[in-house]
This record gives sequence, C-alpha cells and structure tokens, in this order.
Amino acid sequence: MSHLLTLQDLSKAFFGVHAVQGVTLNIPEGAVTGLIGENGAGKSTLMNMIGGIHQPTSGSMYWRDTPYTPRDTAAATETGIAFIHQELNLFYNLTISENLFIDGFPKRLGLIDRKAIDSRTRELLKLLDLDLAPDTLLGELSPGERQLVEIAKALHREAELIIFDEPTTSLTPREIERLFEVIDRLRSNGKTVIFISHVLGDVERLCDHIAVMRDGQLVAEGPTSDFGIPEMIQAMIGRELSALFPDRTAQPGAEIVAEAINLTQPGVMKDVSFQIRSGEILGLFGLMGSGRSELARVLFGLDPVASGEIKLGGKPLSGGPQARIRAGLAFVTENRREEGLLMDAPISDNLSLVSISRFGRTPLNLVDRPGIAQATADISDQVTLKAGDISVQPAKALSGGNQQKVVIGKWLMEDPRLFILDEPTRGVDVGAKYEIYTLADRLAAEGGAVLIISSELEELMGMCDRIMVMNQGEIIDTFAEKPWSQKAILAAAFREVAA
Amino acid sequence: MTDTPVAGKLPGTGATRPGLAATLSRRAQDLLLSDYFVLYLSLAYFIILIPFLPNLSNPANISNILSNMWPLLVVATGQTFVLTVGGIDLSQGSVIGLTSVIAGALLATAASGSVLANAPIWGIIISEEGGLLAGHTGAIWIGIAAMLATAALIGAINGISVAVLNMPPFMVTLVGLIVYGALAIWLTQSENIRPLPESFIQLGKGDIVSVYLGEQDEPRIPRRQIYSFVTYPMLIAVGIAIAASILLSRTVFGRYVYAIGANRRAAEISGVPVRRVIVAVFVISALCAAAGSILYSARLEGGRPTLGEGAFLLDVIGAVVIGGTSLFGGRGRILWTVFGVLFFVLLSNTLNLMNLSSFHIDMVKGGVILGAAMLNVLRERLIRERSR
Repeated sequence: MSHLLTLQDLSKAFFGVHAVQGVTLNIPEGAVTGLIGENGAGKSTLMNMIGGIHQPTSGSMYWRDTPYTPRDTAAATETGIAFIHQELNLFYNLTISENLFIDGFPKRLGLIDRKAIDSRTRELLKLLDLDLAPDTLLGELSPGERQLVEIAKALHREAELIIFDEPTTSLTPREIERLFEVIDRLRSNGKTVIFISHVLGDVERLCDHIAVMRDGQLVAEGPTSDFGIPEMIQAMIGRELSALFPDRTAQPGAEIVAEAINLTQPGVMKDVSFQIRSGEILGLFGLMGSGRSELARVLFGLDPVASGEIKLGGKPLSGGPQARIRAGLAFVTENRREEGLLMDAPISDNLSLVSISRFGRTPLNLVDRPGIAQATADISDQVTLKAGDISVQPAKALSGGNQQKVVIGKWLMEDPRLFILDEPTRGVDVGAKYEIYTLADRLAAEGGAVLIISSELEELMGMCDRIMVMNQGEIIDTFAEKPWSQKAILAAAFREVAA
Repeated sequence: MTDTPVAGKLPGTGATRPGLAATLSRRAQDLLLSDYFVLYLSLAYFIILIPFLPNLSNPANISNILSNMWPLLVVATGQTFVLTVGGIDLSQGSVIGLTSVIAGALLATAASGSVLANAPIWGIIISEEGGLLAGHTGAIWIGIAAMLATAALIGAINGISVAVLNMPPFMVTLVGLIVYGALAIWLTQSENIRPLPESFIQLGKGDIVSVYLGEQDEPRIPRRQIYSFVTYPMLIAVGIAIAASILLSRTVFGRYVYAIGANRRAAEISGVPVRRVIVAVFVISALCAAAGSILYSARLEGGRPTLGEGAFLLDVIGAVVIGGTSLFGGRGRILWTVFGVLFFVLLSNTLNLMNLSSFHIDMVKGGVILGAAMLNVLRERLIRERSR
C-alpha cells in the first residue's frame, strides 16, 4: 500500500516547549488511521501542522512523496486535505448549499447560480445518504447531520485526506452508526481518513491502523490487529491501568437523600419519579433527546416543571439555582465551555465562584483573598488538578480533563448532598476519566448521593449501583442487578414508546 | 449581556498568525500589559507635546485639565461597572440632563418668566421666586437626594429590562437616552434654569487648596491668577472612584460582576444572583451619572437639559475603553478608567490648544479611539498567547 502522507521527524515547540517531538509516521492511502493519546499528548498540534494551522519547528512532510509545506489552511485545502474539527466550521444562518460553496460561488450574470449549487449539493448529499433539501438552513439540522454536511464540504473540495477530530462527542448512537457507515464508504472510494478519538472501542472497530501519542512523541504504531483496548491504554498512559474504573469503596446507606415525585412537564418529561440514597451512585442512561439533561436542569431549578415535587433530605426544593445550592445540590453541566467555566478567568476564580459569598468579611463584604487562595489550593489538590499557578492561569489553558476537574471542584466547598454529573467524562482522556470516577466514588463514600447522566453505558455499568433508563421523557426501567444486562438496558433506551 | 462574539471564534478564522509574543520584546509586552500603560501613554503624550504647545504645562492649563477630569471620571466610573458586567449604558447622557433640570427646578433662587413661561413646570415647580425648595434650609441636600432618587429609578428600569426581561442593554439604554433626554428638554422647553444657590455651586467649583503664582507685591489677587488644584469636585470624584474600586475589586459583589461579565450562564448555574447584580450595576451607573450631573450643573451654575447630549457619551465610553475595560465584559478596572479619563481629557485639551475647531477635534478624537481600540486588540491577543 502506498503512502499518501509521510511525516519525517516532525517537531513543534511553543515558547521552547515541545508539543510534538520527532514524529515519523506514514499515513497509508485509502485506509483509516486512528490517532489516539491523552489530552495534551500532541495529537491536535500534529494535525494542525498537517492542516497548515501551525508550521513545524523542524522536520518535513511529504504528500505523495513530494515535499509538502502548507503555509496556511488554504494551502492544505488546495492540496486535498480536509480537517473536520470538533467544533464545526459552518454557518448556521446559511443553507446547506451556501455552506458548501462559501469559498467560491458559481455565478451567472453576476449573481449566484442557485440552480448549479443546488444540483451539485443534491449530488453530494446523495453520496452521503442525507435526505435533505439543499436550501435547508444549517441551524435546523441535528449535530449529526451538520457533521455530514461538513463531510460533504470536504468531498465538494475533492479532499483526498479527511481528518476527523473527536467526531462522535455530540452525536447520538444512531448518528454515530451513520457516521461510521459514511467513513467506511469513503474508504472504499479510496479516500484516506485520520480518525482522532477517545472512544477506544470506536477506534478498534473503525481503523485499519493505529498510532498512539504520548507527551508529544509517537509511542506505538501498527495495524489494528496488533492492538487490543488494554494495549492501547497502556501505550497512551505509559503504564498499565489495572482497570478502567476504581473499586467502589462504600455501599449505599438507608437514608433517602433525594427524591423526585411525578415530575411532569408537557413535551419534556412525564411522571418522572426516583429516589437516591446516601452513598449511592445512580446512573441515568438515555439517548440524546430522551430528556435526561432536561431532567438535570429541572432538578437544579433551571427549567420549569408543571407538576411534581423534588425533595432533598425530606424537604421540598423550590426556587432557582441559588436556593437549591444552599439546600445542598450541585450540578456539573454537560456543557463546560458555555455553562461550566469562566474560560478567561483564572482557575482560582472558577474554583471559588460557587462559595465566594462564604469569603465575604463584614462590614463591607470584602473578600478574604488569603482565605480564597488557601481554600482553592486545597480543592486543587483534592481533585488532583494538573495546572500552573491557579491564581493566574486561565481555565481555558487547561486540558479537557483538568477543566472538568475544575467544574467539579468548584462545588466541593459546599459539601453538597446530591451531586448531579451530566456527561462528566465527555471529551476527557482515559487517565482523567479514572480520576473523575474516583472523585464520584469519594463523594458517595462521604455520604453524599451522586446522579451520573451519561450516554456511555459502559461508564454507568462501571460506576453505578443502579441505572435508570430514560426514553422520550419517561423513566422506562431501572436496573439494579449485577452483572448488568447491557442488552436489556439498550433495548429499554431504544424502545419505541407509544406517545 | 447577550451572546457577544468572541474574537477568533468565527468560523474560518481559526488560523493563528505568527505570535505577537515572539515579535515583541519582553519589556514591551510587560509595558503593554501593565495596569499603568495608559498612564505612561498620557505622560509620554504630555511630555512630547510640551515643546510644541508651551501653554500645555502652564499651571492654569493643568488646573483646567484637572477640573475637566473630575466630572467625567465620576460618570465613567459608573460606565465601567456596566461594561464589566457585559452591558452598556447609553442612557447616562440623558440621566445627566434630566437630573440637571431637576436640580434647577428645585433649587433655583430665582427664575425669569420671560424665559421659562412656556415650560410645563412653570408655576408648578418653579416661579419668579425660584425653585420649589428655594430658601428652605438644607434645600441642596433634598435637591441632591431627588436627583439621585430619579437616577436610581432610571437605573432600576434599565436593569430590570435587561436582567429580568432579557432585553439587550444597547436597545434598552438607547431608548432611555432618547426618552429621558426628550423629557428633560420638554420640561424646560430647552431653556436653562439659573441662578443656583452659591452653596450648590461650591460643589462644582469650590477650592480647598489653590496656588497663587502672580506677583507678590500686588495688593489684591486677580481671580484669574488663582489656580485651584484640590477642589470639591476632586474630592468627590476621587472618593467615588476609590469606593468604586474597592467595590469592584475587593468585594463579593465585585466578584459577581466579573463572573457575570465573563459567562452569564456559568455564573447563574454557580448560584450567582445574576439578576440582582445586573440591576444593581445599572443603578450604580445611573447614580454615577447623577453625581456627574451635580458637578457639571454646579460648575455651569445652572440646570441644563442639554447637559450630556451629543458626543458626551463618546467621551465616557471612549475613556473607559481606552483605559482597557473590555466592551464584551469580564475585564475592567476603575484604575484603568482613571487613566483613560486622564488621557481623554488631555487629548481634548491639547486639541483645543492647537486651535482646532470642534469638528476637527471630534474627528481626531475618533481616530484616537480607533487607535486605542487597536491597542486593546493587541493586548487581548498578547494575553491569549501568553496563556496558551
């Protein structure tokens, strides 16, 4: 098999620190190469060099054996490289066809030739089995469909190499299935794919070759048949991880910490009831749109609920987030960039945000700055945060896993009774996942109750005492017996519910 | 407080240019990022222009620069809060005009029927004998209280519209600018109300420490040779700025302001009382406008409905932004605003000394604001690069 792209001793340093160091790698043509590694391992920097976003400090690249030195992203596109980022480069206020042709509209009499762009768009959409009109606004599409439009854009530009960076994080299982079918089809049409993901099962399933990065270097490489998931993990973290999940250290107690009774909001949820005991980790599994995140928002007082009751420690909860935080609720949102963090603010400001009023000193309510420094340093230790000076470094400078630890850490000073974790490990690497699970276990062991909402069934099966399944706004079933029946849980989540 | 675009987040602009950090020396970077950057800029500007404008360093001129600084600083202090929380307050201008009319209508010691007879307040609040409170003991304090109360009400309306009804602050306060400005002009039919009592005028002009630099042997000191430096407006403005600085940088409330400005949704989920804080910030802004109105009205010795009109808002917002406070929220400091105001007043003053017409002055000012905005972009980029 020939090589489409060859990387020769490629390095990139920022301010003298190597993000990528001496990577030599061949990307075989017409195959899917999986690129894995922990956050900060250098995957993105490597891909950014291929995509022309960063220029290498040293080393060289060859495209079909001729030197390839892209100065910018346009040069990479010109060469035949398409980069599908986690955050899509699309215009939600424009139509599908306008998005595809945004960098060059065919014109007739000086005006955009609508007919031409629509017919070309229809052609491309058909290739992807996407049954949509070319003049559909992008904003009306689901995340999965938007991603396929991004792929259509790559095909439109006749890309030979398509790089996917974490493409599945915001997709439903069905959309993921469809994406994989499309990638399979791209491969059989001779396209070359680089697939970056934290979901090792997907990598194993989809890729022909696997390359593993750690600390900026390529540490393992070979055909997928040489790797099992344990080998991938070992290569990624450089040591053997005895298990993906920590052992649970406590059993659920008898005390009911929180209770939901017949929560109903038309169009969102119906008769949702459950109880969580102290020391218990309760899982909530459901597909995207099943109402699982909406339930979290209702519990936290962010969204309205028409009827029903929520009790914490036997007392009914009401009011907005402030009142509920005071009552003992904590909420780690699934959307840490938009709702979880003050990205530009220092880490210590983020860690102290929830409890800041505790640091007000009378009479003027001046903040006790040494007190905050002390308390945030403690929290930072507790969540094993890997950061520089937390009073200076902004949250956005952290890797995904460490950002998530900040989002969890900011609640710890409040000693919450019920911790709601919505997709706590999304976009987080294996090592940091383990640490987040350990934190969840500790919260439960200290007598709190933890509700984990996740679309990764494996992590729920690994961590939870019971798993509730939500489907179209209803709790369909609750599973408690171990070993878990993955089949039964999935069946409940996928079951068509009579409306 | 609506979703603001963040530089570099637009589709297609993900590429980074060669690092700014690499092209500037460490010292230049530190200077650019310093809290005192605008102060250095002002001093450099001042020193460079002295040979060309010999009058610039005259005690009389410096006294003049200072006296122009204080009222603007008071108003800009309020604007700093609003910008930091992620909003904007355009209604400050009309609050100044309206509260100035209130001062006149309540406090005037006399009034002329030939001037004000057509005003709707004539004969009700104000007459030939002066304003409603004319001659009462403690009248000026009641008058000031009325000005502040009116401002607080307007600020609360702005804040509630923004925080509770989720209306965009630009729209809400633009409407305020138009409506309250029109109200002020209608109340007096565009006429000024004067004279105001001497004790009120003292607030805008009164000296505490002044310097006499004339001939020693003259028996009588001519007024124009007394240069005031420590004045009531200075004490009032510095007092307000120090209090505001402590409020914004040292208190729990201040932390809330920064958090909401940085990410309103995250702040809400973290239990920050978002609505209360936003309403309070708009009230603070309007109160500062009213305090500025007291200084301006006292200095001009009359209630003027047109105070705060026109390019005045440009001065306020321009000074705050030149100081370094972000228009998108989350970043701002009162100290920066002090230097921004100094720079702005210095700029106007030098342009005046050059004998430019007011049109030219506005054109040059606009250019300087653009330049300052450019510097701000550089600073933001540098901060981003350093934190990566």
